[in-house]
Amino acid sequence: LILCRIIRAKVTPPRLSPKACGRSAMALRTLFSKKAFTTASGFRPIAAGDRCFLRQARGLTVAALPDLAYDYGALEPAISGEIMRLHHQKHHQAYVTNYNNALEQLETAMAKGDASAVVRLQSAIKFNGGGHINHSIFWKNLKPVNEGGGEPPHSTLGWAIDTDFCSLEALVQKMNAEGAALQGSGWVWLALDKGSKKLSVETTANQDPLVSKGANLVPLLGIDVWEHAYYLQKRRNESARCNLFFWGPRHMIFVQGQMKHSPSSSPLRFTL
Amino acid sequence: MAMALPLAYASSVGNPFEAGRLSFSTKATKHKKHIYQSRKVTKVLAYYGLTNPPYKLDALEPYMSRRTLELHWGNIHRGYVDSLNKQLANSPLYGCTMEELIKTTFNNGNPLPEYNNAAEVWNHDFFWESMQPNGGKLPWGGVLDQIEKDFGSFSNFRDEFVHSAMMLFGSGWVWLVLKTNERRLSIVRTSNAVCPLVWGDIPIISLDMWEHAYYLDYKDDVSKYVNNFMDHLISWHSATARMVRAEAFVNLGEPKIPVA
Repeated sequence: LILCRIIRAKVTPPRLSPKACGRSAMALRTLFSKKAFTTASGFRPIAAGDRCFLRQARGLTVAALPDLAYDYGALEPAISGEIMRLHHQKHHQAYVTNYNNALEQLETAMAKGDASAVVRLQSAIKFNGGGHINHSIFWKNLKPVNEGGGEPPHSTLGWAIDTDFCSLEALVQKMNAEGAALQGSGWVWLALDKGSKKLSVETTANQDPLVSKGANLVPLLGIDVWEHAYYLQKRRNESARCNLFFWGPRHMIFVQGQMKHSPSSSPLRFTL
Repeated sequence: MAMALPLAYASSVGNPFEAGRLSFSTKATKHKKHIYQSRKVTKVLAYYGLTNPPYKLDALEPYMSRRTLELHWGNIHRGYVDSLNKQLANSPLYGCTMEELIKTTFNNGNPLPEYNNAAEVWNHDFFWESMQPNGGKLPWGGVLDQIEKDFGSFSNFRDEFVHSAMMLFGSGWVWLVLKTNERRLSIVRTSNAVCPLVWGDIPIISLDMWEHAYYLDYKDDVSKYVNNFMDHLISWHSATARMVRAEAFVNLGEPKIPVA
């Protein structure tokens, strides 16, 4: 603690947590230089409260709600602005908040050695963390029409779809069918198997991320078939389970446009 | 409960002469008899029907809008009934009562394809009857006594019910059931289409926590939906009737008869 005070006098870091310097004696020498100090304790210039800062200091990163690359209303008329706003600001935000809370509780439980609490928190982490992961992918899969959303996939991805599904229409039909057959809430995925380099259509329940179906699976495209994703736009004569993105040929297929620009999670896709 | 509506239709056996048999002796007379008999009604099939909720679709306003009921009952519930009938048309499961069907198709946790539709039809019927206009408030008589005995107080029960509903991940239902083995009331939370009947318990009240039940009216504000259900929609009349019936199957002990 004395050492910490000396550091504080010499070098003025933004805020100093005693825990950070008490971490290991070996690291103390590096603490004297400001540059090393910042990298050693991993402080990041985020605007957050004390607890968040301490979490950073202990090495726990908080999840944050990602911004959309387009306006809420930019996907009309396929998805209404109201649905987008609620989906992003309420549902996704709730997953992020609850995930962070669960992580905090998990950390406390692990520190106390409370195994039953650790196990009890797993379902909350899986649900809320999965919700955060899935929705982050989802926003990236969407693009407004005037920015290229809705165009069919080209080049390697297009060929891969033709190889594995015979045609884009067959893929669309398969995803529709899987979405309709899903019981309860869940997601439909276009997945790439990293090992066999094959595309497949998978479904997961509730907010389970795609990796829970196979460690080798990389999500290229995810469709949220939870009712909150489309129910406000549901019309009377539609079947109960209506896959929002593939509503007949007259609606723009937003999703396809994003597939050209591979998300950073699947760099292997174009080495097929 | 879903009623079976008898729907008679004549099945045509087709023209036997098309088979190419052109003999005119005794076989012809047999054929004639056959044609004659085929004109009678030969097959009767019964289908599950969509029952109406015991109130008009706008009767639950403002806590559950007419539009929600139109879609929830008219589209979704009806869809389950139609799918179930299609599935049962050529199935060996044809002819069961709804409860039998649910228990059989649940198959102890490995549900058959018909389970989802059958259970959802039953669940929704039960749900419409669990609500009423001007509902909510407090139960009375035996139901209140049993709740107080098993939960401590009505407000404990209410809090536990609301908490259970909020803790549900994904789609599902929240039930007040009478557990047959433990002989007490309990709150049970089930996923997707699972129904406490499969465990032999007797449901008393249910709440649909699928998003389609509340999304149009409450969007993401789930707690408001659940609280409104508890305060304004829940039908203690139905609960009392169901409790009375349940007590015929479960011995809840001697009633407290005051000693003179």
